[in-house]
Amino acid sequence: MIINHPLLGPRDAQEFVYLGDAALINRPDGMAQGAQDAFHDYLYLRDNPAGDHRELWYHEQGDRSWLVVTRNTVTHEITAVELARDVARRMGRSK
Amino acid sequence: MPEHSLKPLCPLGHAAPETVTVGPVTVTEVVTTALASVATRRGREDDVARAAAGAGIPLPLPGAAQDGAPYGAFWLGPDQWMVEAPFDSHEDIAAILRPVFGDAASITEQTDAWVRLDVTGPDLPALFERLCNFDLRRHGPGSATRTMMEHLGCYMVVRATDTVSVIGPRSSAHSLHHALITAANSAF
Amino acid sequence: MTERRIPGGQIDRSRTLRFTFDGLPYTGHPGDTLASALLANGVQLMGRSFKYHRPRGPISAGSEEPNAIVELRSGARREPNTRATVAELFDGLVATSQNRWPSLKFDAMAINDRLSPFFAAGFYYKTFMWPASFWEKIYEPIIRRAAGLGSLSTEADPDDYDKGFLHCDLLIIGAGPAGLSAALTAGRAGARVILADEDFRMGGRLNAETHQVAQGAGADWATLTVAELRTMPNVRLMTRTTVLGAMDHGIYAAVERVSDHFSVPVAGKPRQILWRIYATRAILAAGAIERPIAFENNDRPGIMLAGALRAYANRWGVAVGTRVAVFTNNDDGLRTATDLMAAGVTVAAIIDTRVGGRIVPGTRHIKGAEVIDTTGRLGLSGVTIRHADGKVESLSVNALGVSGGWNPNLNLSSHHRGRPVWNDDIAAFVPPLDGVAGLTAVGAAAGAMSTHAALATGAAQAVQALSALGMNAPAPDLPLAEDAPVEITPHWYVHSGKGRAWIDQQNDVTVKDIKLAHQENFVSVEHLKRYTTLGMATDQGKTSNVLGLAVMAELTGKTIPQTGTTIYRPPYTPVAMGALAGRSRGAEFKPTRHTPSHVWAAEQGAVFVEVGMWLRTQWLPRPGETTWRQSVDREVSQTRRSVGICDVTTLGKIDIQGTDAGAFLDRVYANTFSSLAVGKVRYGLMLREDGIVMDDGTTARMGTNEYVMTTTTANAVPVFRHLEYCRQVLWPDMDVQLISTTEAWAQFSVAGPNARKLLQKLVDQDIANEAFPYMACGAITVCGGLRARLFRISFSGELAYEIAVPTRYGDAMIRALVEAGREFDAVVYGTEALGVMRVEKGHVAGNELNGQSTALNMGLGKMVSKKKDAIGMVLSQRDGLTRDDGLRIVGVRPVDPTHSLTAGAHFLRPGAEAVAENDDGWLTSVVFSPNLGHAIALGYLKNGTARLGERLRAVNLLAKTEVEVEIVSPHFIDPEGDRLRA
Repeated sequence: MIINHPLLGPRDAQEFVYLGDAALINRPDGMAQGAQDAFHDYLYLRDNPAGDHRELWYHEQGDRSWLVVTRNTVTHEITAVELARDVARRMGRSK
Repeated sequence: MPEHSLKPLCPLGHAAPETVTVGPVTVTEVVTTALASVATRRGREDDVARAAAGAGIPLPLPGAAQDGAPYGAFWLGPDQWMVEAPFDSHEDIAAILRPVFGDAASITEQTDAWVRLDVTGPDLPALFERLCNFDLRRHGPGSATRTMMEHLGCYMVVRATDTVSVIGPRSSAHSLHHALITAANSAF
Repeated sequence: MTERRIPGGQIDRSRTLRFTFDGLPYTGHPGDTLASALLANGVQLMGRSFKYHRPRGPISAGSEEPNAIVELRSGARREPNTRATVAELFDGLVATSQNRWPSLKFDAMAINDRLSPFFAAGFYYKTFMWPASFWEKIYEPIIRRAAGLGSLSTEADPDDYDKGFLHCDLLIIGAGPAGLSAALTAGRAGARVILADEDFRMGGRLNAETHQVAQGAGADWATLTVAELRTMPNVRLMTRTTVLGAMDHGIYAAVERVSDHFSVPVAGKPRQILWRIYATRAILAAGAIERPIAFENNDRPGIMLAGALRAYANRWGVAVGTRVAVFTNNDDGLRTATDLMAAGVTVAAIIDTRVGGRIVPGTRHIKGAEVIDTTGRLGLSGVTIRHADGKVESLSVNALGVSGGWNPNLNLSSHHRGRPVWNDDIAAFVPPLDGVAGLTAVGAAAGAMSTHAALATGAAQAVQALSALGMNAPAPDLPLAEDAPVEITPHWYVHSGKGRAWIDQQNDVTVKDIKLAHQENFVSVEHLKRYTTLGMATDQGKTSNVLGLAVMAELTGKTIPQTGTTIYRPPYTPVAMGALAGRSRGAEFKPTRHTPSHVWAAEQGAVFVEVGMWLRTQWLPRPGETTWRQSVDREVSQTRRSVGICDVTTLGKIDIQGTDAGAFLDRVYANTFSSLAVGKVRYGLMLREDGIVMDDGTTARMGTNEYVMTTTTANAVPVFRHLEYCRQVLWPDMDVQLISTTEAWAQFSVAGPNARKLLQKLVDQDIANEAFPYMACGAITVCGGLRARLFRISFSGELAYEIAVPTRYGDAMIRALVEAGREFDAVVYGTEALGVMRVEKGHVAGNELNGQSTALNMGLGKMVSKKKDAIGMVLSQRDGLTRDDGLRIVGVRPVDPTHSLTAGAHFLRPGAEAVAENDDGWLTSVVFSPNLGHAIALGYLKNGTARLGERLRAVNLLAKTEVEVEIVSPHFIDPEGDRLRA
């Protein structure tokens, strides 16, 4: 597979490490009420779509960017690649 | 340079750097460059750019390298560069760069983390196509990338059409050197 | 021996190549394949079939060959299951037939043929049902011996294989008329083109046909075109290169046979190269593959595909037979008759299944007839013809060309599961339109069967592909070429007699087997395939799949497209395992990482151990020591008595800087780091989000915004990845910068009562206990000014330091430490002694950090701060992980000190049966403690902390050992930690 890195252009997927669903960006607040339930859902409940899937890939043998890759799980077609940091900020994560 | 009693070893394990020629290709161990990483602290892009410009330190774009005297640099990742300088004048390169950038950047000594093998020859794409997926025919002088060669993550800095620096993990200097020589024997 | 050479062909008759087949000497010429050379020598019998051991000769002249499968070379280079039809002849080639005993002409296993009723489809499943115990010991070995292909050399492959990477705008697969036309168009437009062909000569069918192109021989046009392409620097011509598979996003796998046409590769050169080709666009110009018609005894040597018969005549100057017949259902088959007659070969008859159509002059062209049987034991001697009126006639011939039509060679186009589409005009499947993104078929591969159509579609698709890349390629003037339409009336198999009519010759699948599958309701294509093994041999059914499908369609009364089709998967043709491994074999399986003290340690005769990619000193034997235990015991004792030195460079080191560095560490470690004073080190425990321990190590605060983290050797890379994840994905606005410094510093542990005295001789600053207390760290200089780092940390439990110098001085530093330590009787110790001392001290390591254990399990539960939101904190507090009767770390000693212990042994109460429900935990790490004089261990025991003093059994059912043990504190040495702070 080829991942079109937002900074470096097309790169072989061999250079990347796959993590999983980009929903992992939404890490719950560990100090909030009901954190255990929230973490349980966060860690163990996943959608498994046949179709577009947003997922986290790490350019380990490259520039060490974490990316959010939108990939069709049926055709492997990749329709969007973004820096995970940008996506996370857009989703309201900060520090 | 500080006066001390210890004698250094080159990455390939000898007192002096090695040079090997295979057909049209020469592989030279280079130990005359000091390295340090420079990473921009959050929100300090302008300060870093200003400080670098003032000190003559290039900060090339993604996928690029820039040579210069005394400082050259290549891009490592978002907001992070590897700065190169002559070892003789900049052995303690991190200590030299820290005052340049102040608290606008994080500086880390990197000289001894790497082995640099300069590969020279007229048809380097024919060699590197047996080692890595970097398209050397499309990326001329001034290109720099991280790539994998025989399982080793290396930086490739294209210095000139006939010169490429392969900068790989120092502990695997022998394996990397062996891979280059083997590929040269295979290709030419 | 009968010489069957006729004039013409593309072989170099000025040179003679010698080779042997089954020990007999033969000659051939450059340009020959093994098959063409054998046929030229009158040898048609080249193998025995898989199941029935029927005598077989080649049916094709290409990589689709199911029959002529031989072993090439001998000794370590012996390669079984090689198709003689594509094996390029070289001087000295040694070839051997396979799957026969004692000889090819007399094969005792041919008895299987007589017993064929017992070997029908489903035979194994039905016959070898019981008793079950017979399968492995009796049935399988017998079947393996009886039914098989060649045998592997059991020696290591002496050749080298490379892997490589190529990039292009346009990859063209196949260099026949369509591929050459595409390459010419794209090459002239300046595109980066790779033209790959599995053959050693480009031109494809132009080499095998007598077609005219541009008013000259087609083969000459191919030669001229290749010559022009060769002058273009933007075009890479790759012969002997098979594109094996279409991967995702324009990546193609190809194997280039660099040296297979030499007896031995040139020194330093690979035998083959596995190329990973990155192609923005690709054109499939792989031509078409002819298919047979099934009729009784259609598998005798001398019976060939009609196109192959004329290929041997036209390209290789070989008349396979002296008296030939042709059996066809289409006009293309007629070409075999006309070409052979033009070459002076007697064509006894054309048996044409069709009633109408044109008549070929100069021979008997029998219309509406069929071949219903053949004769000849080891080679064809005659065919039986049934005329349209039912009259039966025998005809004496020694070769028969069969044509049932041509199937587009669409293999690669279905690698992404695209379903081929049936085309009635050519009675064959054509590539799916949505098969592989970026790949378009042209020429015969797309069902455009004439030479003109090949040239035209090749050029047109090249123009299209380039235009999609924003490049402008002018459409070329096409050379003049034949444009005959496909005239075919499908005729799949001959309904006649009780004998066997072969469909898949390599797996011995006959029409009867298909009928049996139908009878037993295995009618779905996927079932048919698995039940009969149709198309599952090494040829993947290139000549047989469509035929088998057609027979099933007829039996079920459906159309072929209704019946379905099977799709193909990589590799297109079999590939040597060596090519897939590349250089990653033996000592080069993976890179080796050397520690900074490696040169010194090797000089000392150290014994090394592989730890991941690192080579570490395991122990350093001294003269007189005969067992490893002697060396390790000495290293431990000497360290605890005086001082020991160990290279600990392999631990991961990560430089963490930024104004939020402390806060960041509070998030990634279970315990707190923001409160750590500058110049101090703290042990850190890192959890996964599920509450299990991920890694541990010490982290030093070198400055207000600067920390150095250490990781375990094994987890250096995963931890770094995790930290990047935390800072980019989870907390994108934290001001944290990371870089690995593992390799930048040579780091040595100096441990033991005399550690400070030794180090003070080298360190330029005062390191007295007051100036540099336990858990201090800082930048120092050594040996008169070399910058270095010192950490007062201890894994052994002794007064200990880790000292780091720039890696280039690592060698000098180990020598300086040893020299400075001479007066203290210092010892250098390896990983074994390191392991002994950490168990004595009760420190956890890899065996305890096993991916299943929590901080609580490790006795470190209190380290998990609940006052902050660190990774893994929340879920580490789950009920299931905090139960009182959960596993806790304990120390273990044998009640009888002379007994030894084994790691992995399980705890059982006295008298308890050794079954899972009585399992109380297990021993994780076992060492012999020279300080205590007996074996000691760490282990995980249920509710272990409350069970100190209890006596249990350590049972190892595998080693059949049982030892009575006492549960003790895991801190065997200096539990109060006085030595650390000394």
